[in-house]
Parts: sequence; structure tokens; C-alpha cells
Amino acid sequence: MTIDFEAFTPLASLAGGVMIGFAALLLMALHGRVMGISGILGGIVKPSGSGDVSWRVLFVIGTLVGPVIVMLIMGRGIDMTPVASGLMLPIAGFIVGLGTAIGSGCTSGHGICGLARLSVRSMSAVGTFMVTAIITVYIIRHVV
Amino acid sequence: MLRSLTLLASGILFGAGLAISGMLNPSKVAGFLDLFGVWDPSLAFVMGGGVVANFIGHRIVTRRTQPVFAARFNLPTTSGIDSRLIVGSALFGVGWGLGGLCPGPAVASLMLVPSEVGLFVVMMLVGLAVGRVVMAARPAVASQPE
Repeated sequence: MTIDFEAFTPLASLAGGVMIGFAALLLMALHGRVMGISGILGGIVKPSGSGDVSWRVLFVIGTLVGPVIVMLIMGRGIDMTPVASGLMLPIAGFIVGLGTAIGSGCTSGHGICGLARLSVRSMSAVGTFMVTAIITVYIIRHVV
Repeated sequence: MLRSLTLLASGILFGAGLAISGMLNPSKVAGFLDLFGVWDPSLAFVMGGGVVANFIGHRIVTRRTQPVFAARFNLPTTSGIDSRLIVGSALFGVGWGLGGLCPGPAVASLMLVPSEVGLFVVMMLVGLAVGRVVMAARPAVASQPE
């Protein structure tokens, strides 16, 4: 293993991570909801009850706007270099949606919130998706 | 009004945090997942910062009897590890590795690079809907009422 020191951004990543943690806290403290974005989106595309959609939509609008505000404040673009193109992107998107619906969570719900609650289910989920993601990238970058 | 504003605010904080952390950059995500190549450990700091802040705060927040704008804390009630959790998470990891995008960053990127992530987000929503329909049709053994 070689560390990529040129790409390494510990401070910005830590600061961003703490902000994400505070976003989750705000949602729990004020609204009693777990900040799992796949679950929040899932409840919009296939609602489980009436009166359960508006809070989700408001949170998602905030998520859409947040990075735009960051860009305006910083006065420069955010680095977003894609790794997939063509058909691979929609295929990846479908698998991400299907997987997070079946596994009841993603990096935010199981990762940030579940791990912080020391949930054994979330620890298993995070361990599983980290391993399959690492294997997938290994195959793409070093095998194919 | 205040309720809606605080929902917007937590979404903005989430999206802004994702943007600052580097999570919106699929090549950085791939660099983090590329453990056996030239590894960029940055995203471990995102997870670390988020979990630690939430770990400390969650204990303080849930000491209250109820949230400010809701009747109760909606915490997951499912316990135990089942095949769904593992199969679903395994699938998610494959999709994350393929595209370098997980659901939060995909949504947060939408306004900035709509043409690049638009189709990803649409298909992710389709996947979410299909997954929820499949799950509703086949209730988990553990949560089936007697």
C-alpha cells in the first residue's frame, strides 16, 4: 500500500465529516429522524404513509442547495472528477438504489448514524459494503 | 415555518459537509476504496469526524424525552443480522465502487453537474422504489407478526 499524499485532505475531510455529524444531530434533536439519505429518498419515491413526505422533501432540497452555497462562499468549483461514464453510471445508480433499499441504509444511515449508535446491524452493513466496494474498485483498477 | 427552516438547514449542513469533505468527487472516493493501489485515506476522516460528533451528540440529544418538533425519536427497531442486510449492503458496495457515488453525494452533486449525475440519480430512485416494492412483498422473517 502506498499513501497518496498529494490527494490527502485530512483537515477538509474531517471538517466536512463533523458538519455531516452535526446535520444528523440536528435532524434527530429537532425532528427525531435518522439522517439516512437512502431511507429519506425511499420514503419519497414510495411513501409508507401520508404526512410523512414533506419533511423528507425539505431535507433533500437542503442537500441539493448545500454544495451550491459552499461553491458561492469559496468562490471556486468543487472538484468532481467522474470515474464511470456511459452505461456504467445508470447501472451503478440502480445497484446503489436497490442495494440500499434491501439493506435498509447507506453510508449516512448505517455509516454516520448507525455506527454512532453502536448498532451491530449497521456495523455489519458498513463492513459488508466497504469490503464489496474495495473489491469492486480493485477489479476495475487492477484486474480488468 | 421554523420547523421547515430547520429541516432545510439540516439538509444544507449535510450537503455542505459532503461538498467540503471531498465526498462529491468520485475519483477521490475511488482513491479511498483503492486500498491496494495508491491510497487516499481522506474519507476515513469524513467517517471519523461524522461518527464521533454524532456519537457524543446523540447521547446528549436522546436524554430528552422527545425531539423539539416531533412526538418521539424514530430510532430503528430492527435488531439482528439477516440475509437482507448483508445482501443489500453487498450490492450497495458494488454500485458505490462502480460509480464512486453513494446516495448523499449523488443528490448533493445534482445541481452542480446535472448532466453527469442526472441519470445516476434517476436510476438510483428507480432502484430504491424497486427494492422497497420487493421488500414489502416479501416481509422479513424476523419482523413477521405471529
